[in-house]
Amino acid sequence: MGAGPQTAVDLALPIGVWTCLLGPSGVGKSTLLRLIAGLDVGVAFSGEVSTSDGKSLEGRLAYMAQSDLLLPWLNVAQNIQLGAKLRGEATEARLDDLLVRTGLQAHRDKHPPALSGGMRQRAALARTLMEDRPIVLLDEPFSALDAKTRAEMQELAFELLKGRSVLLVTHDPAEAARLGTEILLMQDSGISKVAAPSGTPIRAVDDPAVLDRQTALLRQLRAA
Amino acid sequence: MKSLLNGCIVALVLIAIWQVVVTLTGAPGFILPAPAKVAETLWTSRALIFENAWITGLEVLAGLVLGTTMGAATALHLSTSPMARRFVMPALVFSQAVPVFALAPVLTLWMGYGIGSKILMTVLIIYFPVTSNFLDGLMNTPKGYLDLARVMNATPARVLWRIRVPSALPNLASGLRLAAVYAPIGAVIGEWVGASRGLGYLMLLANGRAKTDLMFAALVVLASFTVLMHWALGILATRLERRTKGLLP
Repeated sequence: MGAGPQTAVDLALPIGVWTCLLGPSGVGKSTLLRLIAGLDVGVAFSGEVSTSDGKSLEGRLAYMAQSDLLLPWLNVAQNIQLGAKLRGEATEARLDDLLVRTGLQAHRDKHPPALSGGMRQRAALARTLMEDRPIVLLDEPFSALDAKTRAEMQELAFELLKGRSVLLVTHDPAEAARLGTEILLMQDSGISKVAAPSGTPIRAVDDPAVLDRQTALLRQLRAA
Repeated sequence: MKSLLNGCIVALVLIAIWQVVVTLTGAPGFILPAPAKVAETLWTSRALIFENAWITGLEVLAGLVLGTTMGAATALHLSTSPMARRFVMPALVFSQAVPVFALAPVLTLWMGYGIGSKILMTVLIIYFPVTSNFLDGLMNTPKGYLDLARVMNATPARVLWRIRVPSALPNLASGLRLAAVYAPIGAVIGEWVGASRGLGYLMLLANGRAKTDLMFAALVVLASFTVLMHWALGILATRLERRTKGLLP
């Protein structure tokens, strides 16, 4: 275990829009996200996570990872309501609405092993939404999906998470160019803000501005 | 069904080998009785064998229920308390350094010739495998689940009950599988040291009177019983595993 790079990072999240934190694997994007989420990161951390309204982040975050983290012994409906169960709260009536919006109403009684990768990620998204938190942290949630499913999931997530402050960690320039109102590039040297494509997200996959930006971002990633 | 068939084939092959050995060596009946002789004794002494098998069965079942319950409870407690793990775990491991066989005379001295000392022997022999297997599972919950629970502001008790325990059930199942095989050993050792009933007692008695066929008959019953336990608990264990993997209908 070496000391590793010791970089000061400064990250401010705008409210109510998607911020994409783009960077190569191993640069520490996920670690940063986990620090914000208050999870163990196994590294020394000095600094603070603060909010503009001065209130604690506890209870205001939802988290979705690359792995769907569905509990295999629970069915889809039970998985979506996991948060309420774990806090001992009454489960909410929003379940049915979320099942419909994520297209899972026909699969509500199935267990995760019976679902496709795309369906599992939709269930994880529904679980995240069930939490109804203003800040949503997404740790490469779409990276394990095939291209078609990924594009669909991006659209579904964007629509369903409207109005929330989203921090999306990704290593995919195309994803950042498509979804980010703000794009941050994280490299060994630190975090820098880069221009997002024109237009408001979610942008079309074949939008020339998105493709341009995507190429430029890839170039920046490779130059580092 | 297939495993049952395989089991029968293996049993038949073993009996055939046994018969061949008897025929080739011409061993006298009090050294190695022929399979047919043992089968005959099994039938003619069925009342005697059943009377004793019943006692051993009771000891094994009571020991299994108590040992598994205590083992699981200990694992749950240890999993929630780092302090308890630090102090109790070494003691548990050390307790395994004392051969349970060596404890049998002491237990009989303290608890008498009745079934109490045999049940306690059985409990002692299965307590550790159940505890250590289950604890292992409880301490190795996939980290992602715990992260998720943390962000969801879950209480530790609910995380234990809704995430750590269900995800550790396959480990508890492994413990149960071991317990099924160990439990009869505990009961029989207890009976050897001092008892007036039970298959272990019957085997010693038969041995002392050179009734080797009766000894073998008791042994066959004991082995069948163990296989049956292994099979029954195996079904339960498989169910637990499939439940955790979300594969039950």
